[in-house]
Amino acid sequence: MDIIVCIKQVPDTTEVKINPETNTLIREGVPSIVNPFDENAVEAALQLKEKHGGKVTVITMGPPQAAEALKTTIAMGADEVVLVSDRAFAGSDTWATSYTLSQTIKKLGKFDLILCGKQAIDGDTAQVGPGIAEWLGIPQVTFAVKVEVNDSKLTVERMLEEVNEKVECPLPAVITVVKQMNEPRLPSLKGMMRAKKAEIKTLSAAEIAGDPKNLGLNGSPTNVVRIFTPPPKGGGEILAGEPDEIADKLIAKIRERKII
Amino acid sequence: MLDYLLTEEQQMIRDLARKVALEKVLPKRLEWDEAGEFPWEAMKAFSAADLCGLYIPEDLGGMGQSVFNFCLATEEISRVCGGVGVTFAASALGSTPILLYGTPEQKKKYMPEIAAGKKLAAFGLTEANAGSDAAGIETTAKKEGDYYIINGTKQWITNGGEADTYTLIAMTDKAKGARGASAFIIEKGTPGFTFGKKENKMGIRCSATRELVFQDCKVHKSQLLSKEGMGFIVAMKTLDLTRPGIGAQAVGIAQGALDEALKYARERVQFGKPIASIQAIQHILADMATQTEAARALVYACARMIDAGHKDYTLPASEAKLFASDTAMKVTIDAIQVLGGYGYMKEYPVEKMARDAKITQIYEGTNQIQRNQIALALIKESASKK
Repeated sequence: MDIIVCIKQVPDTTEVKINPETNTLIREGVPSIVNPFDENAVEAALQLKEKHGGKVTVITMGPPQAAEALKTTIAMGADEVVLVSDRAFAGSDTWATSYTLSQTIKKLGKFDLILCGKQAIDGDTAQVGPGIAEWLGIPQVTFAVKVEVNDSKLTVERMLEEVNEKVECPLPAVITVVKQMNEPRLPSLKGMMRAKKAEIKTLSAAEIAGDPKNLGLNGSPTNVVRIFTPPPKGGGEILAGEPDEIADKLIAKIRERKII
Repeated sequence: MLDYLLTEEQQMIRDLARKVALEKVLPKRLEWDEAGEFPWEAMKAFSAADLCGLYIPEDLGGMGQSVFNFCLATEEISRVCGGVGVTFAASALGSTPILLYGTPEQKKKYMPEIAAGKKLAAFGLTEANAGSDAAGIETTAKKEGDYYIINGTKQWITNGGEADTYTLIAMTDKAKGARGASAFIIEKGTPGFTFGKKENKMGIRCSATRELVFQDCKVHKSQLLSKEGMGFIVAMKTLDLTRPGIGAQAVGIAQGALDEALKYARERVQFGKPIASIQAIQHILADMATQTEAARALVYACARMIDAGHKDYTLPASEAKLFASDTAMKVTIDAIQVLGGYGYMKEYPVEKMARDAKITQIYEGTNQIQRNQIALALIKESASKK
C-alpha cells in the first residue's frame, strides 16, 4: 500500500517562547526536530509497509531547512520525501496548510492512506490532519492508537479521554495518531547514509497548482489576536505524614466537603 | 577535545552509537548490572541501527571492513556501559577468526547474520589451566573419519550461552604443543555442546561469561578453520586485530567517568562554591582528561594503521590495549575520588565504571602479557638493526 505521511518541523522544546509584539514563536537558537507525534505517524507507516508492502512517502510544507526533518525520516526508513516550499506559503494557518498539503497529495497522485501526528507541539491545533481529509473529500479518523488494514478496509482504535473507540472505515483515508501508538524507531546507519546523499524533491506553489487565495497569509482566515500564558490552576494541597495519617486526613477532607 | 578529522560517515557512526547507547542502554545499565541480565534489548537496537557489521566487508553484509569505525562505536557504547560494550565487541572477537581464516563458504555461511546483528559470536580460547599460557589447552579434537570429536571445557567465555556461533581452539595433536592446536567453528545446538556455570563477576556484569562444555561433541571437518595445527596462529592474529577494540572499550569507560566527574564537580557546592573551582579538583580533572585523550589518540592511530593495510601491528595494538586499560582504571578511580562519598555509592555510576574498567587490564591478554609482547617486539627490532 502507498502511504503518505505529513510531518512538520518544530522547535525542539515544548516551552517555546513567544514574541509578545508579534504573537509569533521565537525560533532563533532553538534546534529543530520532527514533530514527535509525526514520528509516531512515520513509525506507523513503516510498520504497515513492513506488513503489507508498498511505499512510504513523507511530505512537509516549510522553509528550505525543513529538508532536515525529511532527512530524519529517510534515516528511519522512508522511501521518498517531498518538500513543499515557496515564499507564497509564508504565514499559513491550518486552513492554508491543509490546503497546500492536500494539493501536494493530489499532485503526487496515487495513495491508499495518509498518516499525520495528532497535532504539532508548537501550534497544538490538531486541525491540519482533519483539514487535509476535508480538502481531499475522504474519511478521517483522529487520535488513532492502533491501525489495522484488511482488504482496503481500515480498523482503527481511537484513544478518547475515557474510553477507546473502535471504528472501521474504507480506504483511502486520513488517520492522525497519538504517541501511545508506538515507539518511533531510531535511525539506522544505512538510512543515515541514504539521507545524507538524498536530494530532496521540492515543489513550489505553481507546481502544486495552488490557488493563491488559499495560500499563505492571504489564504489564512485565522487571526491570532493574542497569545498568553493562562494563570496557573489554583494551588493544590499536599498532605504529609505516614500513609495511614494521610489516608485519615484525606477522608476527613472528603467528608468536610460532603463529597461522600 | 582533539579533532581526529573524522569523515562525515565516521561522525555519523559515532553519533548514532551514542544516540542508541543513551536511549537504549543508559536507562537500563544499573538494572542490568545489578541483575547480571544479558542486554539483548541493546544488542537488538545495535542490530537495527546497522552497527553490528562495522568491521565486516560489504560483500559479507557488513558496512565495510574498518577497525577504526568499529572502535568508534565500541567507545561510545562503552562510555555508557562497559558491560554492553564488551558484549558488542566480543561478537567481533568471536567472528574475527572466520573473517581472517574462513573459506569463502564458511564466511558466506556465518558472517552475514553476524553482520546484521541477528546472531552473536563468541571466542573460546581460555580454560581453567590455560589463561596467559594458552599452550596449556586441554580441550581435544580427535579426528574420526570426516568428523572431529571434541572434549573439554572452555572457561569465562564472553557471550557464552547467548551467542549462536562459536570459534574454538582445541588440541588436534597434543604431542606437538602449540603447533598441535586447531580452530573450529561450532554452532550452538550441536549435540555434545552445552553451557556450564554462568559467572558472577565484579564488573561488566550484564555481559554473559560462561563455560562451554564439550562432551563427545561431533563436528564435521568442514567446520575446521584454516588447517590443522594453525589454532594458535588463528588465536594470536585474532587477538592482535581485536586488541584496539578493547582499547576503545577502555577509552569509552574512561570518557564516561570523566563526563560524570566533570558534571558532578560543576554542580557540587562545598565551601560556598562548586568544587570545580577548587584547584585540587581541577588538577585531578585535568589529568583524567589528558590521559583519556592520550589513550584515545593511541587507539585511533593504531586502528587507522591497521585499516591502512599495515601488516605488522602487534606492538601498537598491545600498546593501545595496555595504555588505554591502565588509563581507564586510573581515571575511573579518580572519578570516584572527585565524587567523594557519592562516588562510592551505587546511586552514581562511577563505582560501576571502575568495576567495569578492571577487566580491561585482564582480558584479551593481561597487561603483563602485553608488556611481554611489547618488550619482545622492541628487543627484536633493536637486534635486527645491528
